Amino acid sequence: MDLVLTEEQEMLARSAREFVGGRSSLRRVRELRDSGDADGFSRQLWREMAALGWLGITIPEAYGGAGLGWMEQMVVLEAMGRGLMPEPFTSTVLLAANALLLGGSDAQKQAHLAPIAAGERIAAVAYQEAGSRYDAHKVATAATRSGGGWTISGEKIQVLDGHVADVIVASARTAGGRDDAAGITLFIVAADTPGVTIERQSRIDARNAALVRFDGVAVGADAVLGAVDAGGALLERVLDRARIGLAAEMLGSMQAAFEMTNEYLKTRVQFGVPIGSFQALKHRAAKMYIELELARSAVMGAHRALDEGRDDATVAKLASLVKARCSDAFVLVGNECVQMHGGIGVTDEHDIGFFFKRARVAEMTFGDAAFHRDRTARLEGY
Amino acid sequence: MADLERFRADTRQWLEQHAPPEMRTTPKSQDEICWGGRKADYPAPVMRWLAVMAERGWTAPTWPREYGGGGLSKAEAKVLAEEMAKLNLRPPLTGFGLSMIGPLLLQEGSEELRREHLPAIVQGKIRWCQGYSEPGSGSDLASLQTKAVRDGDVYVLNGQKIWTSYADKADWMFILVRTDFQAPKHNGITFLLMDMTSPGVSVKPIKLISGYSPFCETFLSDVRVPVANVVGQVNGGWTMAKALLGHERTMIADAFKERDDRRKLIDLARKHLGEAQGRIADPIARDRITQLEMDQACLDLTLARSRDGMKAGHKPGPETSIFKYYGTELNMRRRELMVSICGPQGLGWEGPGFDPEELKMTRDWLRSRGNSIEGGTSEIQLNIIAKRVLGLPD
Repeated sequence: MDLVLTEEQEMLARSAREFVGGRSSLRRVRELRDSGDADGFSRQLWREMAALGWLGITIPEAYGGAGLGWMEQMVVLEAMGRGLMPEPFTSTVLLAANALLLGGSDAQKQAHLAPIAAGERIAAVAYQEAGSRYDAHKVATAATRSGGGWTISGEKIQVLDGHVADVIVASARTAGGRDDAAGITLFIVAADTPGVTIERQSRIDARNAALVRFDGVAVGADAVLGAVDAGGALLERVLDRARIGLAAEMLGSMQAAFEMTNEYLKTRVQFGVPIGSFQALKHRAAKMYIELELARSAVMGAHRALDEGRDDATVAKLASLVKARCSDAFVLVGNECVQMHGGIGVTDEHDIGFFFKRARVAEMTFGDAAFHRDRTARLEGY
Repeated sequence: MADLERFRADTRQWLEQHAPPEMRTTPKSQDEICWGGRKADYPAPVMRWLAVMAERGWTAPTWPREYGGGGLSKAEAKVLAEEMAKLNLRPPLTGFGLSMIGPLLLQEGSEELRREHLPAIVQGKIRWCQGYSEPGSGSDLASLQTKAVRDGDVYVLNGQKIWTSYADKADWMFILVRTDFQAPKHNGITFLLMDMTSPGVSVKPIKLISGYSPFCETFLSDVRVPVANVVGQVNGGWTMAKALLGHERTMIADAFKERDDRRKLIDLARKHLGEAQGRIADPIARDRITQLEMDQACLDLTLARSRDGMKAGHKPGPETSIFKYYGTELNMRRRELMVSICGPQGLGWEGPGFDPEELKMTRDWLRSRGNSIEGGTSEIQLNIIAKRVLGLPD
């Protein structure tokens, strides 16, 4: 498969950009933040996205999706990133739908994937814990057998879109010690199950996250996603897909921030000339452009690997490659864009700050660059 | 499709029959890479490989047959490249003739110039060099002062070129000269072909900090070049030069992609810094290595994306500056990291106490400092991106 978009993909990219441009301005994102909206996103827009088929792009037709490829999802995610859309795509589609696709039984897929694709069900994946940092295998939340089912207790942090989730996929330890890769099991838990408490968290980018506590939550044996004690490896595969998808979204965000700044360099006049005529800024802008192009190649390469059905080891390496690249590039672009805007760049009034803050959050979601470099070295055997 | 598969089978059979076994290996040193030319002095298998491939025109597979080329379609040329790769065969010939002046002549050259020069390039008989930079015109190339004054059917050239790669080994030079001193600097330059054996041409190698001498100074004193050797329009040489520069930059980046030393940094680090639980013991060095290899992987993907884009009909543009900038910066980082990992063993110039591989590594590091300068400095590449891609004002 060549690293070029097909005509159909170009068309999809254009229409996605138009949709985001028309329906999701940065003003909307600002209003959601400032109004203290209970959802923190627009359910109306979420339904429109579902109607466009965006939520089920990579979900097979048999489960209510479109059965298209990752490249198609990539161009849509990039458009969403341009508009910094806070709708629960990362949680519901990138994480939860992939967890179901990779680990779910046919019954579980039947039960959840069609409602997800239709925009009728929001799902979250609760895996991060206090002190676990980026290691998804550090799990203290415990699940013990009771009767025919399981009882789960523990706390998960910064669960993306946890406060609006109808269903939560949670990792819990069923065997071994806190840091063991083995002995982790994934459970599908309805958010309204007794013992589940969800508390919304507020982060710098105003994107939605929550603390999710499980206090003796009883679930049946059919809540297990995948095999008992084998959830660690499954979670890693899910995260790799989410990393690749998130990188596409990040690419769109940094592209938009960069374009906004490049425009500013041409229009802001100091010393009687546009500041973009100063070589000190030109060279830094050119370097950002290079970073963006390299990031784009990595994003396309990783999505292609998924469309080509490459093995897990290859996907894992590309996921780390693209997440490391986009993390570093987005932080660089965020920092530089604020600096180039000067004073206005550090005011809340200007939109560039939204990108700057989002860069930091996206960087640390699913592992920062240093984490992924170390992971790459381990995967390469050194 | 059936035709293409037959072509593949025939090609493979022919290659197996005619390629010397010695050519199915990676060259052991630069001396085994064939640039052709009258002064060519290569091992027998290298010369034999050149001869058999040149006879079919397969040194320039897609050039038209009438100029000695292989006359292959793009698809056939791809098959040929694939079959050569399967047999681990080296390219039979490399150089500025095949990669730069040949394609330019096919595009812009007169019929006479094509007939005179293209077959000799295909055959590897003539080696070319590039006369661009001058002592006073480095990054500001368009300010060049080498003077060409018309005298009947010839131009009389006076001036000096510098940083001419392998001028001491080349037979012909494509050269930028000033034919109009009144016009704005970009509009008074002409692109000429000059025989290096012409009276008045003298060449002196330049010794670099690495001890190598890949570049020369070329002095021109009343050198007579036929007017018929102009490529493109008189005073239109800058357009030709720009077309070639983009090509050169991609070539430079490509050169840094062809690496058989993927594991070399890792092996070096294990040797000099030790291991802990099977990993490179020094986490800082490990991180620097990983960073470098991941950057390289992203550049490789970008090169592939550019090639795929061209296949799909996208025109190559100023983004070649990305490859030049990033490819050279990466290579320099790599060389520097190697020496740094070797520690005191990376300090040898020659003689006892250092093994040949260490010495070569150190010399290569010294040589690499020129990478971000030659072919347009890194700063010039950033200027080009800022102006042509980002549209930032002057």
